[in-house]
Amino acid sequence: MGSNQGLLFLIVGKNEPLYEAEIHKRPNTPGSADTSVARQSYFVVHSSLDLVDNATWTSQNMYLRVIDKVNQQYVSAFLTAGNIKFLLLHPGKGEIEIKNFFHEVHEFYVKLSMNPFYKYDTPITSKEFDKRVRAVARRNLF
Amino acid sequence: MSKSSAAANGQALWAKQPKANAELFALTYGALVMEVVGDADGNVKEINEQLENIGYSIGIRCVDEFLAKSDVAVCKSFEETSNVLGKTAFKMFLGANCDVHQHSAKSFSLIMHENPLTVFVELPDEYKETLQYTIVYCGVIRGALEMLNYKVDCTLVKSTLKGDDVDEIKVDLKSVMQDGAGDDYHEE
Repeated sequence: MGSNQGLLFLIVGKNEPLYEAEIHKRPNTPGSADTSVARQSYFVVHSSLDLVDNATWTSQNMYLRVIDKVNQQYVSAFLTAGNIKFLLLHPGKGEIEIKNFFHEVHEFYVKLSMNPFYKYDTPITSKEFDKRVRAVARRNLF
Repeated sequence: MSKSSAAANGQALWAKQPKANAELFALTYGALVMEVVGDADGNVKEINEQLENIGYSIGIRCVDEFLAKSDVAVCKSFEETSNVLGKTAFKMFLGANCDVHQHSAKSFSLIMHENPLTVFVELPDEYKETLQYTIVYCGVIRGALEMLNYKVDCTLVKSTLKGDDVDEIKVDLKSVMQDGAGDDYHEE
């Protein structure tokens, strides 16, 4: 896996993923939806879900830091008060940057959940949310 | 009443009004809209009508409150009424500043640069073009002016939720009703 590899960001609700974003350094890099690398990324992130549950009660913070490491990839997690999980797969970024990223995304998520048209624990389809998440990821993580 | 004194009056009335938290207000209206949306089963026309009717019911009541508290002189023209509506009444009830644009003696537009109902709201694609989220204003204006013997048509022309930069509500005067009891009333 090259060093210019993108990031994978997921929001997972109680039963299903609510939002997925592959984020690359350059905005127009084609997604790698079909490659085995992408499939492996998703696998790694989803298999770390159990570790989120384990880590939940070990910390008072919403930000749970790195909870899983596979090869050169790390999974960082953030848990909202409503038990919605934010997961980020990355090739070893700084703790502070990731923390800032999660906190900003959390703010967007709170705004989104105040939208009367958004029901709790349903897939996120808002384009505005998607745009904001990608922008903040690019600002903080590259 | 001149434009500036109408605005000053609105400011003073707003200061006296009991306040509700702006977010709570927006979320409450959001919950109301969602209730209507749920009941209408995806029929957007029905949603808009329902919301407009809710506004109408509010309008015919709150005009009394406005007249009781505002102490405005009797308006001599529709133009003057539009001014009091936009500058004083909207300020008093919503705390929002409104510009009034006169199109003609019988038609004007209210331009809202801030809209207390639409904080947090983002319309999903299926409703983006059709649902008039803030149509309740139209109902309120229609109801309130009807109590003042003005029959008006009220439409949302622009909405920030649809990508416009301001909210615009257009009011057209249809007719001025006669005072007195309606046709249904017959003295015994």
